[in-house]
Amino acid sequence: MIPELGHFALILSLPVAALVGVLALLGAHRNRAPWIALAKPGAQALALLVTVAYLCLTQAFIANDFSVIYVAQHSNSLLPLQYRIAGVWGGHEGSLLLWMLMLSWWALLVTWFSRNLPAPMLARVLGTLCLVAFGFLLFILLTSNPFERILPGVAEGKDLNPLLQDPGLIIHPPLLYMGYVGFSVAYAFAVAALLSGQLDAAWARWSRPWTVVAWIFLTLGIAMGSWWAYYELGWGGWWFWDPVENASFMPWLIGTALLHSLAVTEKRGSFKNWTVLLAISAFSLSLLGTFLVRSGVLTSVHAFATDPTRGVFILAFLVTVIGASLALFVWRAPSVGLGGRFGLFSRESLLLTNNVLLAVATGTVLLGTLYPLLVDALALGKISVGPPYFNAVFAPIMAPLLFLMGVGPFARWKHASIAEIARLLKWALAVAGVVAVTLPFLYGSWTPLVGLGLLLATWITLTAVLHFVQRVQATRGDAGFLAAALRQPRHFWGMHLAHLGVAVFVVGVTMVGGYEEEKDVKMGPGDTVTVSGYSFRFLGVQRVEGPNYVAMRGEVELLKNGKVDRLLHPEKRNYHSSMMPMTEAAIDAGLLRDVYVSLGEPIDRDQPEGEWAVRVYYKPFVDWIWGGCVLMSLGGLIAILDRRYRNVGRRGTATPAQEAAA
Amino acid sequence: MKALSCTRLLAALVLALACQLGLAEEARPLADDPVAEKRLQAISAELRCLVCQNETIAGSNADLAKDLRREIRGMIQAGQSDQQIIDFMVTRYGDFVLYRPPFKSVTLLLWVGPLLFLVVGIAALQLYMRRRARLLQDSRPLSEAEARQAEALLAEGSNDTQGKGTAP
Amino acid sequence: MMKNKYVWLLAAFAALVVLLAVGLNLNPREIPSPLVGKPAPAFELPRLGSTDQRFGPKDMQGQVWMLNVWSSWCVSCRQEHPLLVELGKRRVVPIVGLNYKEVRGDGGIDTSKMPLEQENALARERAAAWLKSHGDPYTLSVLDLDGRVGIDYGVYGVPETYVIDKAGVIRYKQIGPITPEVVEQKLLPLIAELNK
Repeated sequence: MIPELGHFALILSLPVAALVGVLALLGAHRNRAPWIALAKPGAQALALLVTVAYLCLTQAFIANDFSVIYVAQHSNSLLPLQYRIAGVWGGHEGSLLLWMLMLSWWALLVTWFSRNLPAPMLARVLGTLCLVAFGFLLFILLTSNPFERILPGVAEGKDLNPLLQDPGLIIHPPLLYMGYVGFSVAYAFAVAALLSGQLDAAWARWSRPWTVVAWIFLTLGIAMGSWWAYYELGWGGWWFWDPVENASFMPWLIGTALLHSLAVTEKRGSFKNWTVLLAISAFSLSLLGTFLVRSGVLTSVHAFATDPTRGVFILAFLVTVIGASLALFVWRAPSVGLGGRFGLFSRESLLLTNNVLLAVATGTVLLGTLYPLLVDALALGKISVGPPYFNAVFAPIMAPLLFLMGVGPFARWKHASIAEIARLLKWALAVAGVVAVTLPFLYGSWTPLVGLGLLLATWITLTAVLHFVQRVQATRGDAGFLAAALRQPRHFWGMHLAHLGVAVFVVGVTMVGGYEEEKDVKMGPGDTVTVSGYSFRFLGVQRVEGPNYVAMRGEVELLKNGKVDRLLHPEKRNYHSSMMPMTEAAIDAGLLRDVYVSLGEPIDRDQPEGEWAVRVYYKPFVDWIWGGCVLMSLGGLIAILDRRYRNVGRRGTATPAQEAAA
Repeated sequence: MKALSCTRLLAALVLALACQLGLAEEARPLADDPVAEKRLQAISAELRCLVCQNETIAGSNADLAKDLRREIRGMIQAGQSDQQIIDFMVTRYGDFVLYRPPFKSVTLLLWVGPLLFLVVGIAALQLYMRRRARLLQDSRPLSEAEARQAEALLAEGSNDTQGKGTAP
Repeated sequence: MMKNKYVWLLAAFAALVVLLAVGLNLNPREIPSPLVGKPAPAFELPRLGSTDQRFGPKDMQGQVWMLNVWSSWCVSCRQEHPLLVELGKRRVVPIVGLNYKEVRGDGGIDTSKMPLEQENALARERAAAWLKSHGDPYTLSVLDLDGRVGIDYGVYGVPETYVIDKAGVIRYKQIGPITPEVVEQKLLPLIAELNK
């Protein structure tokens, strides 16, 4: 009965979403108070219904109800409980329901945290979200219903793809979807502002924290996915420029641009059009990513089972959501004011340059991702666009962006002096140059890419520290440095932390790209192999029984300075339900390096107690890649805890910047 | 970094000692020729496996990928250049196997595109800022008094420690 | 009214939608062969059913013929096989079978320690048995034990079928099983054309 209940809740949510969406928007348009008042409880009811549906599907997984087709295809009675709960989003239908769940929760959060928002504005935001939700619900119910039954049910489920049976599955998709879907709030705010014509600094102030939260989730989600691929796939890579990865990276790039552009709009009332366009684009790219992943137009390592009708539906949805908002933008944008005046070299112009570079980066990723499709559609053959292309074109776009990151915070609003900044920062640049030239030699050989990476990372770090110190000194008065530092506004702390995160990330990428080492060896019990000063002694392989798999488990001693430091256990797993053997690498993670062992095949299949093919990696600073992402997210988190967001909206709609601009 | 080379030295010493005592044997490379294997790795990491979803020939476990690695290994042993090996692959499977698309008329836009975006983006930025400055001037011609006031405001603004914004 | 300078956004979006819509009807997994229009790569392989005879494309010089890549472990081959048998009976075109990795391609057999003679014997036995039970449409079949010839022909998914003209040039390649539509609409008209 429970799946029917879930199905019913989902069906019921469809008219609720439609009704609330239409009435709220119409009500705001015609100024009908009762319709406007409907928005809040309506969105809450929608969240309740979708949550009920979601919990029902989860219950079907927990109870091993294999009469539900989706459960039978993605679970198994031997599957551990945590993977049965996470298995809900292990396939197309359930992950869409998770998408939908998150969308309804974002709307719910908006109803809770927008007490100070004018009622018509809130109604427009919620109405927009409900209409998006309506489209998604329709999609789920018509093409991807997770509650479909087969009667009588099958005795045993097919099991979850072994690749997904990992803690990564539990964390990565929810984070990523929270990010993707979170941009719907910024989108809804943008649409609401365009509808009402109230495109002002207050709008930017309202949508800024929502955007930052979505961006934090997306950053963590992407980082988590990258880390998961690194330890699970067994080849030590962390980014492959796969279409699915690109699909998540594009909204991130635009989202990052949006964060910076919102700052200008909020403080100076400028770039309003551009900011709104970015808000629309960030969510549009999330939707485009969904289309690319689920329609099967591109081949990807993470492809879902595809179905052409789904592709057609999402495309229609894409056209409606993006097309309508773009049309609205094109209609309204020409009448939007310009905002405050600023000089050709100023904080504003630098942030705009940042935006242009991020947009160019996004365009490049989009071009590379869709180009094979374009060539194919024009019947010009088939090509592949992979990591060598993206790496080659991406670095030249990112380098100036990272350089400007050091300059930006020093530039004053309205008008800044190049000479003054140059005087301030020339030493930082000199030190960064020295580091870039010398440090690589200590690690091995110098290459231009390593030099550039270290130059930029050092530059960002030094300028951030310099700016921080300068600001604290200027405002401390008689207070001690630490006390004054702690008194700095949180958005200031947040910005520098996030920028330091970028520097840390760059160090990781640079060092692992320049100095990683790997060895493929044959190892019998007692054999040792050494990479970059770390020795591994292979002790042998044992058979181990897991809950739903049998593993050959290697025992490898990691030796440091000749002493056994720890035991590593790389595994080769065979899941009962799948023919594919899975590699579980063993990693000794460290601040300055990871060492990574993965088990290949026995040299002689009949003698697993004999020699094995073993691959060992030395990966310097690889964890800095994800550590940098965590720092960026942390920076975002601190920034939105800033005092000024606590009384959002209380200040009325006009800000000084806006008055100046009118 | 110094510490690292020390560790390296120490490890090497210990290893040498251990070897003498017959405690451990340094594992043999999986491949007969590690140098050729490195080249194989580098070449096949830029080639796309045809039967898999989206994997390199280096990383794939598919049978065809294994066969192709064997083939490339043979060509390396036969003294063929990287370009010859890549040509070998392209004549059989087309440009699809190349993760680094070749520069030709079909891929012109792909390779030039990013640069084009950059040039257009920067140009548009310049144009926008100039026009914006002009528009702001046109729409609100300043009287002499206003101009002085604006000057004063600007000066005040730039004395203001930046970043304060509108925070209360 | 002033011209709206943002309209290009809608145009760009429309172009993107058209591209995606066209993309929905394409098959990203089908990779056209660059070998079409090129001479069929030469080979010399032992024939099935005879221990000393060998066969190569040059033996077919002056004839239009079909090369069909098959194997007993290949599931889709079973699907297309009746069509080939039917085509063979009609004697419109000689069909040469390229038996691809008969033993090595079968994931269930460990060939790492199998001597070549044993693999050869096993392959002949399996291939012959399969043809006996499913019908033999081939003028002759050759054995490509290690898949080298398959690589030269750019084989990446068995079954595959090539149409080769009198001059020895590949004129058509079918990836995956042939269907009645392919036979009627592509193969037969092309063969008739080439035989003119």
